[in-house]
Amino acid sequence: MAEISREEVANLARLARIEMTDSELDHLATEMDVILGAVARVQEVAGAEVPPTSHPLPLTNVFRDDAVTPSLTPEEALSGAPAKADQRFKVPQILGDVE
Amino acid sequence: MIHATAAQMASSLASGEITSVALTQQHLDRISQVDDEVHAFLHVDRDGALAQAAAVDAKRSSGENLSPLAGVPLALKDVLTQKGIPTTCGSRMLEGWRPPYDSTVVTKLKAAGIVILGKTNMDEFAMGSSTENSAYGPTHNPWDLTRIPGGSGGGSAASLASFQAPLAIGTDTGGSIRQPAAVTGTVGVKPTYGGVSRYGLVAFSSSLDQAGPCARTVLDAALLHEAIAGYDPKDSTSINAPVPQVVAAAKKLDIKGLKIGVVKELSGAGYQQGVRERFEESLEELVKAGAEIVEVSCPNFDYALAAYYLIAPSECSSNLARFDSMRYGIRVGDDGSRGAEEVMNLTREVGFGREVKRRIILGTYALSSGYYDAYYGSAQKVRTLISRDFETAFASVDVLVSPTAPTTAFKIGEKSDDPLAMYLNDIATIPVNMAGIGGMSLPCGLAPEDGLPVGFQIMSPAMKDDLMYQVGGVLEALLLEKWGQPLLASSPSFGAI
Amino acid sequence: MALNFEQALEKYEPTLGLEVHVELNTHSKMFCGCATEFGAEPNTQTCPVCLGLPGALPAVNGKAIESTILIGLALNCSIAPYSRFARKNYFYPDMPKNFQTSQYDEPICINGYLDVEIDTDEGKKTFRVEIERVHMEEDTGKSLHVGGSTGRIHGAEYSLLDYNRAGIPLVEIVTKMIPGTDKYAPQVARAYVTELRDILRSLGVSDVKMEQGSLRCDANVSLSPRGSGILGTRSETKNVNSLRSVERAIFGEIERQATRLEGGERIIQETRHFLEESGLTRPGRSKEQAEDYRYFPEPDLVPVTPSKEWIEELRATLPEKPSTRRKRLQEAWGVPDKEMTSLINAELLDVVEETIALGAEPTKARSWWLGEISRLANEKEVTAISLVTAAQVAEIIHLISTGELTDKLARQVVEGVVNGEGTPRDVIDSRGLKVVSDDSALMVAIEAAIAAQPDTAERIRGGNIPAAGALIGAVMKATGGQADAAKVRELLLKHLGQA
Repeated sequence: MAEISREEVANLARLARIEMTDSELDHLATEMDVILGAVARVQEVAGAEVPPTSHPLPLTNVFRDDAVTPSLTPEEALSGAPAKADQRFKVPQILGDVE
Repeated sequence: MIHATAAQMASSLASGEITSVALTQQHLDRISQVDDEVHAFLHVDRDGALAQAAAVDAKRSSGENLSPLAGVPLALKDVLTQKGIPTTCGSRMLEGWRPPYDSTVVTKLKAAGIVILGKTNMDEFAMGSSTENSAYGPTHNPWDLTRIPGGSGGGSAASLASFQAPLAIGTDTGGSIRQPAAVTGTVGVKPTYGGVSRYGLVAFSSSLDQAGPCARTVLDAALLHEAIAGYDPKDSTSINAPVPQVVAAAKKLDIKGLKIGVVKELSGAGYQQGVRERFEESLEELVKAGAEIVEVSCPNFDYALAAYYLIAPSECSSNLARFDSMRYGIRVGDDGSRGAEEVMNLTREVGFGREVKRRIILGTYALSSGYYDAYYGSAQKVRTLISRDFETAFASVDVLVSPTAPTTAFKIGEKSDDPLAMYLNDIATIPVNMAGIGGMSLPCGLAPEDGLPVGFQIMSPAMKDDLMYQVGGVLEALLLEKWGQPLLASSPSFGAI
Repeated sequence: MALNFEQALEKYEPTLGLEVHVELNTHSKMFCGCATEFGAEPNTQTCPVCLGLPGALPAVNGKAIESTILIGLALNCSIAPYSRFARKNYFYPDMPKNFQTSQYDEPICINGYLDVEIDTDEGKKTFRVEIERVHMEEDTGKSLHVGGSTGRIHGAEYSLLDYNRAGIPLVEIVTKMIPGTDKYAPQVARAYVTELRDILRSLGVSDVKMEQGSLRCDANVSLSPRGSGILGTRSETKNVNSLRSVERAIFGEIERQATRLEGGERIIQETRHFLEESGLTRPGRSKEQAEDYRYFPEPDLVPVTPSKEWIEELRATLPEKPSTRRKRLQEAWGVPDKEMTSLINAELLDVVEETIALGAEPTKARSWWLGEISRLANEKEVTAISLVTAAQVAEIIHLISTGELTDKLARQVVEGVVNGEGTPRDVIDSRGLKVVSDDSALMVAIEAAIAAQPDTAERIRGGNIPAAGALIGAVMKATGGQADAAKVRELLLKHLGQA
């Protein structure tokens, strides 16, 4: 059965960019244990000889032509922005370096 | 004429008995009258709907050739974008967002002259089986307002069952069209994956999501199906092939010689007594109509739920990453002192509800290095096994059938603290999504113990959606004959609520 | 104690790894139809797809796939019969979906190599750089950091995002570890990036402008104690934006790492940023926890399975390899190594070839481009090819060979063309630069010269032919250089009875 610690959940929350209080982490760790315990049974039948399916349809090579189509206007593009300036999306300071 | 079928409305519109504006107004009035109780809609676009209706009427009076459903109103699940109309996906996160573009489904609806009344309530980002996970409050089942209307597309199903709309669009990732249809006594169809474009459908689980028609009759669903289906180059997973002739199939009313397989694993323990009874009765009707019923075994279906609750959360953890408050949606905690990362964290804490966070965390776990193979990888293998089970079964039968949901509608609040119990609602609907095939739910009566609707599920092979319509059309006709009136006519919500 | 490069190399052996990102020059983006023009107004080339709006879906640009296969073929790679896109999950505001659509364990091209030639103490030597993979991904948006004292990210009060660049197709070319370069490591790296750039340019798949970021290089360096066989911890240097910087960054990183190791310190596995001014690197954000990208197959896209026929069709269109071409041209033109290197470094090979193809004599074509035109370009601080066209230069050389222009006049014609006075013909006409070849006009000048220097004329009449130079010079001066010197000589000697 899965054993998932609060620290692991905290790390997952960090990866998923969700702020969580200590009590939320505790609660979620317990729930995750139960859920993972239930879903881990997929391993019972997932033998090495079974290929994985990630696409329900056997489609391949779906390409589009390299043709330019109209973009949104900058007004439309920025219409949902919580903040904007100089025709750009305005966001809180970005700490750290660009990947 | 709100109690009529969409097909009847269409014919009245065509004959000039009623205008689209009048028909739309009747539905808007009905919404005003009952939706405070039902809460099927998150947004009603009164002016837009009447303008669309007027445009259709104008075209009709100028003698333009119109598509079959032109002028008929429809309710749109709030997970599909409609340009300029609020699209929230039932989430706080997208409060106030008005997309600058139409989903392909909406483009097709508009092209067909179908009048969009508004956006319907749903479990947040389509995660749930009861519509209780909406950030904007639950939708109530028109059969019993203290009960859930199913989910995630509870709003669409409830709008049909309470005659606020004759047609609706739903989306089905693990049963979100079919299970609400089952518990509200309506018809819901999940087309073959790739049959209807996903462009503009806010993704929950990309490899499982599929938009489809919701209606009160099989024929209405078929008419809507043909209006929204077809190849879309904007969706790379859409099928570039002719749309199955589902309207003709729904009208065929003949299943002589058809082989129907009953899935052994989708019955028995865990299925409510009344659900089983109504299902069995329906099988008898199909036999009377000349179908051959055989039992088939799909042993890997037992693992479908577990695999689903790994695949869907994994994909959702990635799909929902874009909701970070930078480009759209709400932003929390941007007081000038915090950096972007911290604002993202705070926004996502406030913007997402519990179930969504639970699934994001679960999916993040299942995809993380060290766990990928054991969880996500294994789940994908189960997916292969489920598809093989279907292939084997469809080698000997034309369609497969089962109850749509193990129980009738439960009470609001009854399962909201037990995610695993909640997940069991989808046990019979999930295999269809895993294999990407077609599935339909249609009403097959009321469970004697609680007087609530029971759903009958028909599953057809990929791109043979016409088969489920053929069988559904026959079963619907036989049951109508048996009951003497549509199931919904016995609903307490038939008149006022 | 700081170790210099030579000291570092005495004790340590470097291993390199190079990751080059190339922006393809497709008309539209990788997954949507937005234009890809460089320098457009902010957020004018965006749509629901490249903004990552809810509901939007990607659709693969077939041309980008084709370009990637071409690159793979040019780099001697195998083209995978089955490859897939994968999502690389991490949050960053310049990445609209908070995942990058990339490729993970199923890239389009694998296992190639590129041979590069460098000058060593023992003459020219070829190094084989092995290529691990060539894969497709998409570029991110651009952030502008506003406010704060330093102007760098850390002091910014807020950031502004422009997503025009988001979704432009990027190809990442990753080498295997490159051992054995020793003290030539910086040169090998530079030669590799140069050769790669030339190949990409010859394929026509990218603008390969390092200064505009359409070709970017990350350089990995690690050191092993000489003879130990133990691979050291590597650093990854980003922001290397010119060929010279590639060389300098590796040079500097070898010195830095050796110095640290020598001081008993560990090398930290980190991303470092190259500083153009100093040639040094500074550490990037240290990652307390290793990033977990949670790659998984992109469910919105289907696999890429190029047929053998398609691959062979593309292979047939591959242009001549730049290195082969250089060798061929050098032989055909009979150019010495040194001058060839000058032509390559000055990026004049294409235009010289074109000039020659238009009929110019190879020696003349080279000397005009490397000489007068390059001199003017230096003066104006622009590139030589931005001043005149190959056709104009070929025309001028032709006019010299027919005697219509002298070298001196030709220089004036070039100057006129550069100053925007029109075609060579226009300049000749408007400036009146015709060579004076009219015998009677020349004879007037010749007689004047004889009259001015009767003694010299007498010596010539007496058979002292070399003395003619003085009179020819005088005639040339009198005609303002527009006379054909050979013609003057011929007329003069005939007039003095010496022809």
